[in-house]
Amino acid sequence: MAREVISTGNELAAKAAVEAGARFFGGYPITPSSEVMHVSSDMLPKVGGTAIQMEDEIAGISAALGASMTGVKSFTATSGPGISLKAEQIGLGFIAEIPLVIINVMRGGPSTGLPTRVSQADIGQAQYPTHGDYASITLCAGSLSECYTQTVRAFNLAEKYMTPVFMLLDETIGHMHGKADLPDIEEIEASIVDREKFHGNPEDYKPYDVPMNKPAVLNPMFEGYKYHITGLHHGDEGFPTEDAEQCEFNIERLVGKINTVHLENGGLDDLPDYEEVDLDDADVCIIAYGSIALGAYEAVKKLRSEGIKAGLFRPIMLWPSPIKRLEELGKQFENRIMVTELNMGQYSKEIERVIKRNDFTTLLKANGRPIAPAEMVAKVKEMM
Amino acid sequence: MAFNYDKYLRVNKMPTLWCWGCGDGVILKATIRAIEKMGWDMDNVCIVSGIGCSGRFSSYIDCNTVHTTHGRTVAYATGIKLAKPHANVIVVAGDGDGLAIGGNHTIHGCRRNIDLNFILINNFIYGLTNSQTSPTTPRGMWTVSQKNGNIDPTFNASNLAIGAGASFVAREAMTDPKKLEKILVKAFSHKGFSFIEVLSNCHINLGRKNKMLSAMDNLKWIDSITLPLKKWEAIEDPVEKENILPTGVLREVEQEEYCDMYKEIQKAAQGQRAKITQDDFEKKL
Repeated sequence: MAREVISTGNELAAKAAVEAGARFFGGYPITPSSEVMHVSSDMLPKVGGTAIQMEDEIAGISAALGASMTGVKSFTATSGPGISLKAEQIGLGFIAEIPLVIINVMRGGPSTGLPTRVSQADIGQAQYPTHGDYASITLCAGSLSECYTQTVRAFNLAEKYMTPVFMLLDETIGHMHGKADLPDIEEIEASIVDREKFHGNPEDYKPYDVPMNKPAVLNPMFEGYKYHITGLHHGDEGFPTEDAEQCEFNIERLVGKINTVHLENGGLDDLPDYEEVDLDDADVCIIAYGSIALGAYEAVKKLRSEGIKAGLFRPIMLWPSPIKRLEELGKQFENRIMVTELNMGQYSKEIERVIKRNDFTTLLKANGRPIAPAEMVAKVKEMM
Repeated sequence: MAFNYDKYLRVNKMPTLWCWGCGDGVILKATIRAIEKMGWDMDNVCIVSGIGCSGRFSSYIDCNTVHTTHGRTVAYATGIKLAKPHANVIVVAGDGDGLAIGGNHTIHGCRRNIDLNFILINNFIYGLTNSQTSPTTPRGMWTVSQKNGNIDPTFNASNLAIGAGASFVAREAMTDPKKLEKILVKAFSHKGFSFIEVLSNCHINLGRKNKMLSAMDNLKWIDSITLPLKKWEAIEDPVEKENILPTGVLREVEQEEYCDMYKEIQKAAQGQRAKITQDDFEKKL
């Protein structure tokens, strides 16, 4: 029996965090994500957790990373300008391999941009939020239910791969109020992933002594395994090093533990990385994600009612992108692909990179307004 | 009997990366001696440092240690302490780390009165990166970023901590390690935010161009600008008073500690007490 709730995307993301086992929130107010903090500050103390509004965005993520080092599942929530401020700490999360969920409810940018209006222009930022080399895991909610289910997934991926994970909502989906079907709590609890721990002799413990493409094994602080965490390049024991071989191994492992594993295993977990609607017999493929996909479902129906066989490909995990499936779609639909997104083509560029062609159609908007189904229908008709 | 530092050090990380004659080593030893006096279980101790020469402090003591980014030590430590209030958390930062790039976190750590022990090593300069002006560099001194003399007014770190509401504030110079150890024990014993400004030398990057070529010259200068609080209070000439930094415990008050307060939030949320209102506090504004 699924649970039926009436809620908003932001509230559902916070609820999901708590039910996924998060017990620490550190953040700073910012539109349009603040409700995540509001709900967390109410829910977390009820379950013995902590939510703190810090003095700025940087402190918010720093506190969350600190809490995570103690073994407590932690998260922060913000919007684009906040990610810009948090960037350096996200880098520490990557290199020191600290699990953390970063919820970004996207608004228009750059800079202060359009604080109260919808955008999907932070997906490039989610892929490369900070300096240096690393690989990012980024999920994007396409419905109210997914604000919940994908946030739970984000926590599980963070623990499994020992890394910050981005959970993207956009202003529309974050503030949308409606019915959501959620999995039963028992189902959620059964899916929870906790970070691996080393159980041997503390003297033998080397947190970063792991093979290529495997995440570090970081025991929670204060449990008898004393070690060092640093944002510098480090060796097996976590102490700073500039050894060329070690640094090369570190970077290859940081990228490989996500990108190579994703490619070789066909995913990072057992959950789908994308949704497909009516693609089997389709002549034209619409690609859309986040709140824009909600309009795309309707566009597909409308087009089909008018005799145009349209289908939808909706990525859920944006990074790493579903390379194999995108390649297949590129071959199947050739130039009959229409990518629509609320930015100047950030995901379109990834599709171009993967399918090695740029003869597909795009429907882009970056003025803070959504894209209506009618606009998608009109664009597809132009193509046919 | 000689003090056994090895019990607390990561001996295989010795020698330290600090320059010959650097005060950081003296502060490290005083910290270890204070920890021993406290009788702390090292499994329950966390040391958080930032960037700069002081950033390496954390890697030398055998406990749970974190070398964070520039300026963010107090924020990371706040997360650690709130998540595990039973832990004894020491924060170490330099004057650039804790007062310039991380000034905001220092202020708000003091304000929250969270039970952290913040050792601010003030050597009046950016040492690691070769002599740039720090918020405590005296006016008129030469730095690589102000080669014609520093015109920036100087920050009084301890006054900042007092103003921001830290419930324990002390200043001591590393020239008297025994006194420093005693002050650190007091700070570690205090419940709430303990701010300890430790004046230290950097004859390499402050002294070299400011007529303090040796460590001793630099230490003598530190002695010349400090007086114990009582003696400082007795100074009558206001100009002289302004140019001397008082040492010792500058503020020690009992104040609600943040983790304890948050426990009350948890109790209220769980229906174990009434929700918190203004009536819970003597000071309303």
